[in-house]
Amino acid sequence: MLDRRAMLGAAACALPGRSWASAGSSRRVITAMMTDDPATLCYPLFNTRLTQEICGNINESLLLFDWQFKPQPNLARSFEMSPDGLTYVFHLRNDVLWHDGVPFTAKDVAFSCGVMLPQVNPRSRAAFSHIASIKTPDRYTVEMRLSQPFSAFLLSFMASNGPMMPAHIYEGTDFRTNPYNLKPIGTGPFKFAEWKRGQYIHLARNEHYWKPGQPGMDGMYYRICPTPEQRLVAMETGAVDVAMADDIDTVVASRLINNPGIVTRNDAYYGTAEIAIMELNMRRWPFSDRRFRAAFLHAVDREFLVKAINFGHGKVATGPIPSTVPYYDPKALTLYPHDPTKAKALLDEMGLKPKLGGSRHRFSIMLTPDGGGEMTRNAQYIKQALAQVGLEVELQATDWPTQLRRSSNWEFDCAGNAYGEYGDPAIGTSRFYLSSNIRKGVPLTNEQGYVNPEVDSLFAQAARAVTHEEAQRHYSRLQQILTHDVAMLWLYERYPLFFHNKRLKNVVMGPNGPSDGFGATALA
Amino acid sequence: MRLRYIGLRLIKTVLVTVVVVLLSFFMIHAVPGDAATVMAGQAGYADETYMKNLRAEYGLDQPLPVQLWAYVDRVAHGDLGTSFVRREKVLSIIMERLPNTMLLDAFALLVAAGGGITLGAMAARRPGSAGDSAVTTLAMLFYAVPQFWLGMMMVLVFGVWLNWLPPFGIETMGADYTGLARIADVGQHIILPGVTLAFYFMASYARLTRTAMIDVADQDFVKTARAKGISERQVQRRHILRNALIPLVTYAGLQASILVGGSVLVENVFSWPGVGTLAFQAVLARDNPLLLGIFIVTSVLVCLFNLITDIAYSLVDPRVELG
Repeated sequence: MLDRRAMLGAAACALPGRSWASAGSSRRVITAMMTDDPATLCYPLFNTRLTQEICGNINESLLLFDWQFKPQPNLARSFEMSPDGLTYVFHLRNDVLWHDGVPFTAKDVAFSCGVMLPQVNPRSRAAFSHIASIKTPDRYTVEMRLSQPFSAFLLSFMASNGPMMPAHIYEGTDFRTNPYNLKPIGTGPFKFAEWKRGQYIHLARNEHYWKPGQPGMDGMYYRICPTPEQRLVAMETGAVDVAMADDIDTVVASRLINNPGIVTRNDAYYGTAEIAIMELNMRRWPFSDRRFRAAFLHAVDREFLVKAINFGHGKVATGPIPSTVPYYDPKALTLYPHDPTKAKALLDEMGLKPKLGGSRHRFSIMLTPDGGGEMTRNAQYIKQALAQVGLEVELQATDWPTQLRRSSNWEFDCAGNAYGEYGDPAIGTSRFYLSSNIRKGVPLTNEQGYVNPEVDSLFAQAARAVTHEEAQRHYSRLQQILTHDVAMLWLYERYPLFFHNKRLKNVVMGPNGPSDGFGATALA
Repeated sequence: MRLRYIGLRLIKTVLVTVVVVLLSFFMIHAVPGDAATVMAGQAGYADETYMKNLRAEYGLDQPLPVQLWAYVDRVAHGDLGTSFVRREKVLSIIMERLPNTMLLDAFALLVAAGGGITLGAMAARRPGSAGDSAVTTLAMLFYAVPQFWLGMMMVLVFGVWLNWLPPFGIETMGADYTGLARIADVGQHIILPGVTLAFYFMASYARLTRTAMIDVADQDFVKTARAKGISERQVQRRHILRNALIPLVTYAGLQASILVGGSVLVENVFSWPGVGTLAFQAVLARDNPLLLGIFIVTSVLVCLFNLITDIAYSLVDPRVELG
């Protein structure tokens, strides 16, 4: 097939850009993009990145997090934790209104954390299942008692895990069919205005927003731009102001990076902290052998993968916990630098000697269906790199449903993927290594079938830890074991690019980037 | 006679639809992966309860024959079901998008037929001349150029570079025009996708018209007309072109059928909110009720277009009888 991006690139270079949507750089509206209508605008019901990016402006959480992942007041003006780590008390602001004018109170918090979120959202369920009881001693105080300490509890209040939902709208209804899922009510800086299916979603300014001076803009539009070419052109011409993660393919990203009218950020998704990985089906030999996995990592030049295949947008991943989040411990890690000779030696050692023709072993890598994007290019490079040490790879093309079905039913040798840490290993990381999370048919679980009782117990202890130091001790030990075991093939930390037009300022305010909304954003 | 014929054709349409429902139901279910897996994957986090809830909500935990029966039963009662992903009635989703696709298609059909017939007639006047060669070459070019590429070039040249026309969408976002202003706005937006879509078909019309007219021009009644001293212009228009129309009607019917489901690429390139983009997204999400709904609606439309084409024959050429 013809390479559409290359053709567009060549053609567009020759043409001076001019804006067809030149309503002027002073229009007080932010325009962003989406690839399709979202399934719902009920934040917890279907928590995709797109829902987060839109609903982050509508629904807020009790806490915000700074770049060090330290909790900051938001809907809760303060909070306390008891020394035993079992009781958390949140003191709420008393000047917050839902978009329909009803006051936001402790009742909404109790309903969200105790009923709605654990019921509909698996990510919230993982955190809020630790709650034994919720008390509301008065209208603006919430007391949560946990069944056992959970070190990641406060991080569960990142907006992407714990958005507050209105009790007066949802209580006693069927959450999945509630009509407000399509016209959401929140407390955030922007409120839902209009959803023109197939075209755009319009959010209007919340005149009664509780943060003084916010929102800085009059409204937001999310318009549907299904093709990558369109998104690039829309960004270059100024028709849209913001391009979020994966809106722009890294291949053409340099055109925006070098554009003087556009600001590039690579830290807008620090909170998600994604690692690009290859999963191996450890139920099958030779993937079950630690030496094979080590040889795999030694054979692949991950520096090259980051620099050449991904244009430097990322960093080699050294272990299960990304280097940008708490608990990362570089001293605990076993490293696997690019070393094909060592890879061959390891394969020799385990008896995988080259057969006639030089091939030692043949297996398949399931391609991530990203339309020839980053993940496909990774796999293509890895195929070449492994051939150098005598491993013969067959690349298998799939579409999303097939890929997810095969990987969750363990019908694969090796598969490309990426996982998010979501602020704490107990939320985002442990699920891929816990033997209790080997669940056939459920995607994004321990699909590799990695089993290590010591790892199980360490993750449990770390999650139960009361102090940061105690949790750190367990996580350091975990990083030591997991990297020695090569419990997964960590390729690189993804820093998805976020672009915005220079006419805007205060766009990325914390590690949650666009998921925390654009309330602070104003004209530069 | 004509009414009976139309009645019979409508009964056939119903039969075709039933076959389409059955075939597409099994074809869709033969494809691996279901909506629950896709949604869990997109959410980036899943557990058994989530998957079980989704499957139970969609009835995906039922045996296939039960699912089929439930579906056929609903369709027979005029209910195309609820979209898995969008959680709305399938019929209302499609009906929201269908007018946009029909508008684009009608525009493309008019431009293609109008432009193609004019070009073809010009070429047929003096076969072998420089003008004829130019038209034939141009037609070949339009025919061969991939639509998405042409679309992107249209966007770049007319949307970005010259800045004459809006390259994306069906109307200005948030402008909320009404009446004439709205028509003008949509009219501006339809030009680029409409012309892109029309180019391919325009080429076929031009070639068909040219060939048919050259054929007809050799026949005796044309010579008679000329001998009577009728002006060349009249001969071309009244006697040759009109008699060359039959193959064109066939082609227009075919084009209408192709357009209903076939404008996916162009709709995508221009963010046109039509049925084509909807079908594409439905496949990716394994949104079976929506996909089946689109199949049913488009197959009914194709049957209707064929019927209209047949009726049009008898209008263009009284010698053709329905029956």
